[in-house]
Amino acid sequence: MPQHVLIVGGGVGGTIVANLLARSLHRDEIEITLIDSTGKHAYMPGWLYMPFNHMSADDDQLIRPERGLLNHHVNLVTGEVQKIDTQNRELRVRHSAGLGEIVGTGGASEAVYPYDYLVLATGARLEPSDLPGLVEGEGKWHHFYSAEASLRLREALHSFEGGRIVITVGGIPYRCPPAPLEFTFLLDEWLRKQGLRDRTEMHYLYPLPRVFPIETVAEVATPLLEERNVNYTIFFNTEAVDTERKIISSMEGEEFPYDLLVLVPPHRGAKVIEASGLGDEQGWLPTDRATLEVKGQQHIYALGDATDLPVSKSGSAAHFEAKVVAHRLIAEIHGEQPANGEATYDGEVMCFLETGQSRATQLVFNYEHPPHPPRPSLYYHMEKQLFNRAYWHLVPQGLV
Amino acid sequence: MPELTDITIDKEIDARGSFCPGPLMELIRGMKALPVGGVLAVLSSDPGSAKDIPAWIQKAKHEYIGAFPEQGYTRFVARKAH
Repeated sequence: MPQHVLIVGGGVGGTIVANLLARSLHRDEIEITLIDSTGKHAYMPGWLYMPFNHMSADDDQLIRPERGLLNHHVNLVTGEVQKIDTQNRELRVRHSAGLGEIVGTGGASEAVYPYDYLVLATGARLEPSDLPGLVEGEGKWHHFYSAEASLRLREALHSFEGGRIVITVGGIPYRCPPAPLEFTFLLDEWLRKQGLRDRTEMHYLYPLPRVFPIETVAEVATPLLEERNVNYTIFFNTEAVDTERKIISSMEGEEFPYDLLVLVPPHRGAKVIEASGLGDEQGWLPTDRATLEVKGQQHIYALGDATDLPVSKSGSAAHFEAKVVAHRLIAEIHGEQPANGEATYDGEVMCFLETGQSRATQLVFNYEHPPHPPRPSLYYHMEKQLFNRAYWHLVPQGLV
Repeated sequence: MPELTDITIDKEIDARGSFCPGPLMELIRGMKALPVGGVLAVLSSDPGSAKDIPAWIQKAKHEYIGAFPEQGYTRFVARKAH
């Protein structure tokens, strides 16, 4: 009898696990089903570029059908997981599209999927209601954490004639820690090209005692902000936004007025994690930092943004974690002990930080070693641009 | 500084081995979720915490109770003041 592996979430982590398992195990041994709410795979790092026209909404570098990225031995179900029942080892799923194509459900709109092994790659969700003022002021503040929001920000920038732009984060943790800095550098470059920089005051607000969580990276980024005449305020933990008066205020008691606000929305884990009582108070899954097993559960793994691990919520972390999860599952299904090195996550993350003016730097780190970013250069910028294109052919397939 | 044994800790966060987002972010996140008067402890192995954590607590006007060294890490304790 084949073992049933259910994977929830068709982002980078879930897709790599599915493909690695399908390639490594025989169909007699395993049946793999990936459940995704949209059936579409988004390349989220691309949203950063959209406000500046470096990528457009209809660009197929931003979104593609998940089916085309999956090994043909992987079943794809498009639907929303309503409940994870760890007692009975089953998921309740409400299907959203393509019912006729769903194997074994008879086209029912809701079905129960049993599992032997479960992989939770359920990601993070944006939750503006966690910060007072955001829901009431919808449309009056901006972000670049979805394709739609990036397009709206693009429109706002294209009608911007000067004033004060505030860039900050609405809560912690949030996906892709370098993104607010990258946005600031790209915005500075764009405003200069538009001839608007002289009429614009840019202000970057950050919750920590430096402009980036890691000191070695802040040491590279701070002089760049100063060089480009971007004001910055540290120890600013956003407490509320008043979109009528156009003022943002902090837990530390400071206030800043703005003309245009770009704020990374507060993040939480997926709703189904909360609904199933599996997450912490923000919906993140308590996860073993080395084995990636969900704490207190059997045969359940978590990876990517969904975990509570002390690493950045990024596609890169999900990418490295996916290999560990696949390795452990293959060993478990073969009844073997997982080999140490490949079956242990050491906190590895590798990502780029765009610094504008066609330059970037690179961050490589793990639980034990902080990054030592090289001087920003054209080389890393080109590498990132190449990666944006090569992603679709290498990463989801688990080839790198 | 009081003895650790004299303090009732309401919530403890293990942020050891965390560079990004780091122990201070865990502390701020924990403080936000805590009721006023609650005591929070954060375990950190990052040497930068010795400077960052008291500085933020002072800036945010909470009460810094102290740093208690353990084997290979430090337990930072603070009370939410408002």
